[in-house]
Amino acid sequence: MSEIRNYTMNFGPQHPSAHGVLRLVLELDGETIQKADPHIGLLHRGTEKLAESKPFNQSIGYMDRLDYVSMMCNEHAYVLAIENLLGIQAPERAQYIRVMFDEITRILNHLMWIGAHAIDIGAMTVFLLAFKEREELMDVYEAVSGARMHATYYRPGGVHRDLPEVMPKYQASKWHSQKEIDRFNESRQGSMLDFIVAFTRRFPKCVDDYETLLTDNRIWKQRTVNIGVVTPERALQLGFTGPMLRGSGVEWDLRKKQPYEVYDRMDFDIPVGVNGDCYDRYLVRVEEMRQSNRIIAQCAEWLQQNPGPVMVDDRKVRAPRREQMKGDMESLIHHFKFFTEGYCVPEGETYAAVEAPKGELGVYLVSDGANKPYRLKVRAPGFVHLSALDEMVRGHMLADVVAVIGTQDIVFGEVDR
Amino acid sequence: MSELIEALAREVDAQLQGRGTRVPSLPRELTYDVPAASLLDAARILRDHPALRFDLLADVTAVDYSQYRLEQWATHSASGTGCSRGRAPQSALLPAEEHAMPPRPVAGHRFAVVYHLLSVANNHRIRLRVACVSDEEPVVDSVVAVWASANWFEREVFDLFGIFFRGHPDLRRILTDYGFVGHPFRKDFPLIGNVEVRYDEERKRVVYQPVSIEPRVLVPRVIRDDNRYNPALKQ
Repeated sequence: MSEIRNYTMNFGPQHPSAHGVLRLVLELDGETIQKADPHIGLLHRGTEKLAESKPFNQSIGYMDRLDYVSMMCNEHAYVLAIENLLGIQAPERAQYIRVMFDEITRILNHLMWIGAHAIDIGAMTVFLLAFKEREELMDVYEAVSGARMHATYYRPGGVHRDLPEVMPKYQASKWHSQKEIDRFNESRQGSMLDFIVAFTRRFPKCVDDYETLLTDNRIWKQRTVNIGVVTPERALQLGFTGPMLRGSGVEWDLRKKQPYEVYDRMDFDIPVGVNGDCYDRYLVRVEEMRQSNRIIAQCAEWLQQNPGPVMVDDRKVRAPRREQMKGDMESLIHHFKFFTEGYCVPEGETYAAVEAPKGELGVYLVSDGANKPYRLKVRAPGFVHLSALDEMVRGHMLADVVAVIGTQDIVFGEVDR
Repeated sequence: MSELIEALAREVDAQLQGRGTRVPSLPRELTYDVPAASLLDAARILRDHPALRFDLLADVTAVDYSQYRLEQWATHSASGTGCSRGRAPQSALLPAEEHAMPPRPVAGHRFAVVYHLLSVANNHRIRLRVACVSDEEPVVDSVVAVWASANWFEREVFDLFGIFFRGHPDLRRILTDYGFVGHPFRKDFPLIGNVEVRYDEERKRVVYQPVSIEPRVLVPRVIRDDNRYNPALKQ
């Protein structure tokens, strides 16, 4: 009799469906997974340690690079933590802008997720469709902050600047005729808010298109239904949050339960799954895109009617305007000190959490009264979800690992930090 | 909001029966110091008691308090006697107060493990702070048996701070490189690290060598006590 042994396989770190740099050591019995041991940390940059060596405002940009497909939500948790310690609150208009951009970010993230998840388990077209809409939202990011992805737009006490009056337009080139360009620019004639309103009118139809391709698709269902089932009790034990928890049927959303900014004034629903499998989590996220769209429309409408300041009038956290600097020595000194030394934050500790697209993103901030954080800890939802990967894939086939990685919506920027 | 927090604090006090003491925190947060010996008992009570039901462990992390309230640029007498802005040598850290060592928040101990609990059932949060008794060999009981999500969090704290978790099923390094030496998030670990990698043309492989760059401080650490945030002066 020959000896039968389990087969150990190395998956990643350079595998397209590893969503970055995940190295999995899989123990296989035939094609069935006996054990999965994720090796993470290949993208560990020590963001938290770096933040300890910089003034508070200089770390906002690092937050974008944590979960690099939901940039502004990370910034949001960080600036909320600083605001908690300083005891300041952003003006109303800034809060609406933040809520609007959080939801734009949620759509950005879910479009990336639906495309990547679908391409991982065999559907090519969704990826291309999703990226078309994603590009429009990237343009919104660029219009407001100057950067397509890593915006660094939120500031403690508000946002960097108000929404732009004009939307950047496409220009004709040898690849696109003037006629095509006119069609592209149709919704870009007015302000950025007009562009966003036009987007919210168009977007539900786009979600319908993705659903046409996937929701009743037999292959999609075969790959996702009853894969990676997590019961509600187990989901809580494993620390799941966000769509992962809601997919298991637990109605929990920080936007509703512990509302921050102006979420309590928004009219939206929380989708909840039933079976806790990959298919339910897919349905939850698709519905979240529709709900985010509703929130964006409400914010855009309010913002069009209510101009106002977007930054608190507190010279502690706000740099003086350039015109003032030119004629006023004190402002020049203030500007210099603000951008070199920064501001000191009173001694204390706080934990600020936001409902990021992937789950609860929390920032634990300890300040000893200095101009730099004493300790910063980012509670990344992806880290917790990935720690449950072993449990979710045990007993499944090798190909289902890819489906589970996809449904967890893993991004290594936040897992490794 | 503060009434809810006070009600929760009374409930926690009643159930913990002296296993934890409340420490001052921001008005909308609740923090308890728990002695390392009673951590597991306290964790079980907090999870299981129907009025508390902290069913989700949101986060486990640690803080190294060894450089708490030390600064690189002494400024405290600026208003009284004019500016005293002597720049300290790069690596030196000065205490912000007049006395030699400023008080650390957790009774003089260097490390504290911090737990953030969330109750999905009752919708409230609490923070537990557990001081490690020994500075040289910090050990805390593992809470993996209470909340499964503690597994990777504790591995991360072990990796980055070198704190051991008694009873952890699989205490390995998680974020740092294979074969890494040291605990990078300790305050005495240099920001630039100790080793760097390069490709060795002769040996045809990647080799580790001591870092060739020098540590430098771009912005010195300054502590300015701002009277605007002094709670005694706010009223």
